[in-house]
Amino acid sequence: MSAAARPGLLRAVLAHGSVQVGGFILLVIALLGIFAPWISPLDPAFLDPTIRNRLPGFESTVLQPDGTLLTVTHWLGTDQLGRDLFTRVLYGARVSLIVGLTVAVIAVALGLVIGLIAGYVRWLDGAFMRVMDGLMAIPPILLALALVALWGAGLTTVIIAVAIPEVPRVVRLVRAVVLSVREEPYVEAAISLGTPTPLILTRHVLPNTVAPLIVQGTYVCASAILVEAILSFLGVGIPTDIPTWGNIMAEGRLLFRVFPHNILFPGVLLALTVLAVNMMGDGMRDTLDPKLARRV
Amino acid sequence: MLGFLLRRIAATIPVLLMVAVFVFLMLRLTPGDPAAIIAGDNATPQQIVEIRERLGLEEPLHVQFAIWGGNLLRGDLGQSYFFRQPVTSLIAQRIEPTFSLAAVTIVITVLVAVPLGTLAAYRHGSWLDKFVMGFSVAGFSVPVFVVGYILIYVFAVELRWLPVQGFVSIREGFWPFMERMIMPATALAVIYIALIARMTRASVLEVLGEDYVRTARAKGQGEFKVLVNHALRNAAVPIVTVIGVGIALLIGGVVVTESVFNIPGLGRLTVNAVLARDYPTIQGVILLFSFLYVLINLLIDIAYLFLDPRIRY
Repeated sequence: MSAAARPGLLRAVLAHGSVQVGGFILLVIALLGIFAPWISPLDPAFLDPTIRNRLPGFESTVLQPDGTLLTVTHWLGTDQLGRDLFTRVLYGARVSLIVGLTVAVIAVALGLVIGLIAGYVRWLDGAFMRVMDGLMAIPPILLALALVALWGAGLTTVIIAVAIPEVPRVVRLVRAVVLSVREEPYVEAAISLGTPTPLILTRHVLPNTVAPLIVQGTYVCASAILVEAILSFLGVGIPTDIPTWGNIMAEGRLLFRVFPHNILFPGVLLALTVLAVNMMGDGMRDTLDPKLARRV
Repeated sequence: MLGFLLRRIAATIPVLLMVAVFVFLMLRLTPGDPAAIIAGDNATPQQIVEIRERLGLEEPLHVQFAIWGGNLLRGDLGQSYFFRQPVTSLIAQRIEPTFSLAAVTIVITVLVAVPLGTLAAYRHGSWLDKFVMGFSVAGFSVPVFVVGYILIYVFAVELRWLPVQGFVSIREGFWPFMERMIMPATALAVIYIALIARMTRASVLEVLGEDYVRTARAKGQGEFKVLVNHALRNAAVPIVTVIGVGIALLIGGVVVTESVFNIPGLGRLTVNAVLARDYPTIQGVILLFSFLYVLINLLIDIAYLFLDPRIRY
């Protein structure tokens, strides 16, 4: 029986220590991102040139649209343009999580389709896998950089550029599952009963790919969050008017020696987010895919 | 043996061909005039006409690929109109810092990760084991530039032990070279150490349960010799494989690390090329790194023959 269909498995996943810790951290970061406008009274683009480069804890007064004055505490200080770092970091969480999730979904969906075809349609297998081998030989960050250079920076470009290099790994995984399931007696039985191929694929093969794909998707998500931050940090990712952790850190480079908090805070949050996703991945791998867990 | 070598070398050809097809198609599938993209933002119309003729852009796609591929095989990676230089000479000028960084990183990684992973497996379940496992998860999560900046802040800004950034060739002395190389290489090594320590631990752990390890102990072999001669030697193949697979990780890291530490290598060149939308240079760097990746993994496959005499292809 497929791993995903086994009852009680969800409970086992949720009971795993690293899934709990990782899930909790992620939940907090996601809530901070979603409720950013309610948590911080300031707009992430709002700048006050009189309070540039203030240290964490600095207080300032802001004139609100309705004419009242509001006292704001800059918990993480301000950047070199006088923008509140805490607010920008909150909004940055949104971009990281959106990119991570979207890339994981796109890479898994594409990889699943290609992997199923490669694993089941024998005469296409060789050609498909050669294409994937070629794609895997190109270092992921360089491929993403080239695509961003050709198509111009932007959220959509970054998502596609980060997703494409992840596809081959998913394809290999799905194909390996398909190849092993094909030999199972129940699939042979289904074939001998004249079950049409699409039905065999959806009913017998697909459920077996669910567990490893969830695990792989989590790792893709973690690496996508990192790569997006790297692209933005290098100044070739998401346009600088959108606050992302990578962009905030890129802007903090100039005055890093005097005001390290511009890089430190988003950096720590970024690391924490990726760590949380990886921990969830490890925990799910342990419970959903014990064979893989033993190997790594 | 010779048959294996030839077959293995032949197997790299379709991979390299696919890489070339990808790089070729990436430009052709982008909307717009390829000649204008190659020429970059500040080219003259004269140059665009020249490029169109030289690359045969009026011809059908397969003819274009043949022209482009032919140039490639002759070692001609094209002309960077932004840097006003052939791409090959651009790369040649910047290859040394990048290779130095990669080499120092690999040395640090192997020196740290292999003993660490071996000890973690040997003391399975101990605090050291837990530390190594924790580190290998954390190491995968901390971006290289964050590690880099923390190192700069602690060792260069606060303690003033090391210069902040830059690059000095090893030909000008080992210490000046290492002084500037130790921080970037350490930052870059973190993720690599995480990967290899975890793999070393897993494969040594597996081998330690084998009969020949028990036999070695039974005949009174010292623990150190058991670990090095019996366990590590047999665990070497998966470890070396991961070192090879990790090269892709290393190449990605080099791009970022060079930017953080202001090292004038291929990584910085790539970032500058992307910012200037200088496609020929990006294409050249991709082709070079992909070729190196395939080559290194080919060499590793061949190394198996020496690491494990049981492997006979």
